[in-house]
Amino acid sequence: MKSLEELLAIKAKMQDKVAVRTSSGDIRVVVGMATCGIAAGARPVLNAFVEAVSKEELGDRVTVTQTGCIGICQYEPVVEVYEKDKEKVTYVNMTAERVKDVVEKHIKGGKPVTEYTIGAAKL
Amino acid sequence: MEMLNVKVNGIAVSVPKGATILEAARKAGVEVPTLCYMKQKNEIGACRICVVEATGARGLVTACVYPVTEGMEIQTNTPKVRAARKTTLELILSTHDKNCLSCVRSTNCELQKLCYEYGVDSKAFEGFKPVYELDYSTPHLVRDNNKCILCRRCVAACHEQYVSVIGANNRGIDTCIGQPFDVSLANTPCISCGQCTAVCPTGALVERDDTDKVWAALSDSTKHVVVQTAPSIRATLGECFGMPIGTNVEGKMVAALRRLGFEKIFDTDTAADFTIVEEATELLDRVKNGGTLPMITSCSPGWVKFCELYYPDYIKHMSSCKSPQQMGGALLKTYWAEKMGYDPKDVFVVSIMPCTAKKFEVGREDMSAAGDGIVDVDVALTTRELSRMINRAGIKFCDLPDEDFDPAFGVSTGAAVIFGATGGVMEAALRTANDVLTGKDMKPVEFHEVRGTNGVKEASYNIAGMDIKVAVASGAANAKYIMDKIKSGEADWTFVEIMGCPGGCVNGGGQPIQPQHVRDTVDLKAVRAKALYDQDSAMKLRKSHENPVVKEVYDNYFKGSYGCKKAHHTLHTSYIAREKYTK
Amino acid sequence: MIRSHVLICGGTGCTSSHSHEVINKLAEELKSKGLEDEIKIVQTGCFGLCALGPVMIIYPEGTFYSCVTVDDVPEIVDEHLIKGRIVQRLVYNDTGDKEPLDKSVPVSLSETGFYKKQHRVALRNCGVINPESIDEYIAMDGYFALAKVLKEMTPDDVIKCISDSGLRGRGGGGFPTGRKWSFAKASAGDKKYVVCNADEGDPGAFMDRSVLEGDPHSIIEAMAIAGYAIGADEGFVYVRAEYPIAVKRLSIAIEQAREYGLLGKNIFGSDFSFELHIRLGAGAFVCGEETALMTSIEGNRGEPRPRPPFPAVKGLFGKPTVENNVETFANIPQIILQGPEWFASMGTATSKGTKVFALGGKIKHTGLVEIPMGTTLREIIEDIGGGIPDGKKFKAAQTGGPSGGCIPASLIDTEVDYDNLVAIGCMMGSGGLIVMDEDTCMVDMAKFFLEFTVDESCGKCTPCRIGTRRLLELLNKITDGNGTLEDIDRLEELCNYIRQNSLCGLGQTAPNPVLATLKFFREEYIAHVVDKKCPAGVCKNLLTYVIDQDKCIGCGKCAKNCPADTIFKTDYVAPGHKLASYTIDPAKCVKCGACLSGCKFGAISKQ
Repeated sequence: MKSLEELLAIKAKMQDKVAVRTSSGDIRVVVGMATCGIAAGARPVLNAFVEAVSKEELGDRVTVTQTGCIGICQYEPVVEVYEKDKEKVTYVNMTAERVKDVVEKHIKGGKPVTEYTIGAAKL
Repeated sequence: MEMLNVKVNGIAVSVPKGATILEAARKAGVEVPTLCYMKQKNEIGACRICVVEATGARGLVTACVYPVTEGMEIQTNTPKVRAARKTTLELILSTHDKNCLSCVRSTNCELQKLCYEYGVDSKAFEGFKPVYELDYSTPHLVRDNNKCILCRRCVAACHEQYVSVIGANNRGIDTCIGQPFDVSLANTPCISCGQCTAVCPTGALVERDDTDKVWAALSDSTKHVVVQTAPSIRATLGECFGMPIGTNVEGKMVAALRRLGFEKIFDTDTAADFTIVEEATELLDRVKNGGTLPMITSCSPGWVKFCELYYPDYIKHMSSCKSPQQMGGALLKTYWAEKMGYDPKDVFVVSIMPCTAKKFEVGREDMSAAGDGIVDVDVALTTRELSRMINRAGIKFCDLPDEDFDPAFGVSTGAAVIFGATGGVMEAALRTANDVLTGKDMKPVEFHEVRGTNGVKEASYNIAGMDIKVAVASGAANAKYIMDKIKSGEADWTFVEIMGCPGGCVNGGGQPIQPQHVRDTVDLKAVRAKALYDQDSAMKLRKSHENPVVKEVYDNYFKGSYGCKKAHHTLHTSYIAREKYTK
Repeated sequence: MIRSHVLICGGTGCTSSHSHEVINKLAEELKSKGLEDEIKIVQTGCFGLCALGPVMIIYPEGTFYSCVTVDDVPEIVDEHLIKGRIVQRLVYNDTGDKEPLDKSVPVSLSETGFYKKQHRVALRNCGVINPESIDEYIAMDGYFALAKVLKEMTPDDVIKCISDSGLRGRGGGGFPTGRKWSFAKASAGDKKYVVCNADEGDPGAFMDRSVLEGDPHSIIEAMAIAGYAIGADEGFVYVRAEYPIAVKRLSIAIEQAREYGLLGKNIFGSDFSFELHIRLGAGAFVCGEETALMTSIEGNRGEPRPRPPFPAVKGLFGKPTVENNVETFANIPQIILQGPEWFASMGTATSKGTKVFALGGKIKHTGLVEIPMGTTLREIIEDIGGGIPDGKKFKAAQTGGPSGGCIPASLIDTEVDYDNLVAIGCMMGSGGLIVMDEDTCMVDMAKFFLEFTVDESCGKCTPCRIGTRRLLELLNKITDGNGTLEDIDRLEELCNYIRQNSLCGLGQTAPNPVLATLKFFREEYIAHVVDKKCPAGVCKNLLTYVIDQDKCIGCGKCAKNCPADTIFKTDYVAPGHKLASYTIDPAKCVKCGACLSGCKFGAISKQ
């Protein structure tokens, strides 16, 4: 190693990989991963979030995690987004496709994607 | 040089930067007790007896190693200092056997002297005390760790000799000085030089006492007990009787030996003259006939053993000549016995040597000129043992008249006298070589380049048109320097003198004990050597080949010239490549 | 794509409670469930909570599981890693509050009582990164301090930065690190050395081991920085051979640093070159003394040398040398990166930053804690350590190991820093902190530490070699019941003599446990010699086991249990009992306590 740049490159490459341990967790994406959720396809949704967060280098403030049954099995896969000092947003019937929108508009853009939320589903 | 101004007990002195408190105190005429300290050799601050109070230092500091600072005020005799030293002594005594009454070092013991001065309570501390077995494994010394105070002066002396076969074993209160893996000393590459015994402050390391063998022989009417004394004994024996260092007591020594009952008092100097003519002959033969060069002297048994142990592949560099002690013994049991009509078996040769390695040497193989397993020398005593015999016999040494050696084997030359100092053998050899090669009585006879106490001296001379490079080394560490040069092929010397002890025989391991503060402040090697050089310069015969006894023996007994067959049989020996550690 | 990291402690404590089996089982489970590409297992260094090992932390949730066994692994995988349901029974969420919080809310690790008051600087990467991965260290800003030093700072800048931070030696002495470095820099010499003292020897102390096991690169980086600052191109880490995991990880780290060119010639393209070697110590306590350590590296018997000359002038191989302890070095990169002001903002007026303690003894949470200097002993014991188990009373805390002293309960609100501890006759030491409850006999405690020093004395100087042994014999005399009041005076005198006359720190501080207990618990010594009683009931020879005749039902179990046949039936039948009671012959009693522990009726007591 002969330069600071090389060191920075290693750090950049690695930071993403260890971010999961150091994330501030300002935004928490929680995927329902009980039996019902898994059966309804929660795993690809979870993976899509993990990938997107990594790709967009959001690891330092976004935590992707899973939880048990949220209790609304008919709407699975269910994803909840917690943001500091804000109301929880619950997305239902999630797919890997929908994840892209949520990441782009909600997590990066700050505006929940209303059409995927539980409120929209009930209507 | 930057000087620092300090006060020792109020006395102002100025000492060079880097000087220790001890050095400043000595300069101020204040003696601070030491036990472990040996100037430049053992500056380890271990015994803690030299503690003093000094401004700018926290608590008590050890004078021996603590450097002074500008304006430092040192107090060496406060209640705190005295109390600390006393406790240190009492703690040391609590692990000491306190068998002063039977100790060979009693009245000459640094610990005993301090305990006396500090009024210690020898029972102040009682408790666990390790008990050690004595190491009698070697012929030259006895270690009694029950008397050891762990000052490690012996370890430093051994290290200075580049031998280092002793060191601390175990830890805590079980710490003791010994050999690696607790092998006995005999199984180590100890060269028997005895430097450790000369520096031991107590009776923990003493020469193996062979005086009883001599007393027994003296009272055996069937034996002809004769004694020979090494060149350096006359320069040191007086110290054992309180005389100033460097007093030549040859006459009193002879008188004392006669009073002890020896049948004849002979001089190893005579044998030394034989050594020179034989060694010079061997050297010239090697030069002429392409023998192994440089040739190295073989007078010092410590050095010989060092070479056998540490440079076993180079023993052919050593002259095959026996040492003067062994030549003396060999001639006494052959030539002299025949002359006297004695059976060699009935001749008992005692030699007084400056050296503990001589005790090893008398038992070497290939040391029997008379054959039949008759050893050349029966007992080698050190200077110290002789002084004890003189005392035991009730001889008032200082009041003795001067007497002469017995002439049959008591005539010698100045060349032989100076054998006792480093460079002396070289100078003696040069005197003879100069004459032999030129066929003339050459002047001057003194070769000052090879004198002095430096560990290694080199010189080159043109003798009879021949350029001869020589080297003189004393102390085994300097022997290592020489041997490494030979090993690497850098050596271009023709002839090398090596003595096992620093300074040569005057500083041998069997010489009188001087307390460390004297060793620190007096150059024993130089002062004792001066006595020998003074004697040499006052002598009429100063070249070995001029010795009439030498002439007599070659003409009438060997019936040949130097190096002839009979002379070779009587006066030469062989060496063994030795293993360092054995079981 | 990795979505979750499972960090499992691979430090010595957890390794000995079988964390490796847990790791293997977890790997096996993840494979069988096809999760090996989603979940990453990371073996880390010490988390600190060694008493509860093996410990495991799962990110991103940050769930902290303790006492995880191999049998727990399938449940953790099925429930937590697949379904996201936290396995409550394994969660460590002792917040130190009286009432446990709502169990359903996972407590973040930093909220638990054990961690809440901790502040991790030296241990910041321990339990966070994989110590065998240089990349993970770099991800945590590793080697950026070295880069900064080499690119932007002169050696004097570095020394000024360290001096300004107020960092003091963490090995025990508390000598200002910046000053030490400046002395070594000022010493003329073409060759200088940097030495890391990892010969941690205090009984119960394992701060340095944990740093080496958990974050070995921080030491390498710091030593290189020190090398640059003083002009040294070579360093040695002297580490105990009894620390195999630390040695292994450090060796791996050195190898990785070499591969990356972070050790070796012209680091970061600069003129600065630095090489590092490991030397293994053979377990002699004295080799932790800085000059003895150097003597040992030189290949000789590890024995201290007189000072002056100090190592900064004449150290390893006679060359100017800086020797610092592991924890001291562990602070260096952070000081460089975050600035001296940041470091100096933590701690007290004279003791900056944090200190790592190995908490042990009679305390609930034994383990490793790092706290800002100035934290009170009460906070350490009650909040972090969770207090004394079994409702016993706190009696004293011992710091500084065999060289240290003790802090009595009356001083529990002492703010722990170098000078406060010295002021009460104690010392910081390297960080061992042993908590003692009312059942501890202070004379016995002093004896314990003295036995250690007596065993470990190198034997070079008289006061330590013989004096400490005589001191121990006096203590034995006292605990055997043969002591007199004069012996206490003698004890004190001898202590002061040893302190003032010993060659090295080991000897000079050896009497400290005795002096400190004499200072704070003199009445216990007096009870031993005058009343011939051990108030804490520890010293066997001063104990008498007594049967309360009125409580004894005469079952005879004690007599059966007694190995020395010293318990006999009497003629006395207590009111309300049917059988005659028993009694102990005190002359024959060996005080083993078998009768006491076997009596179900509380009839036997020791007095």
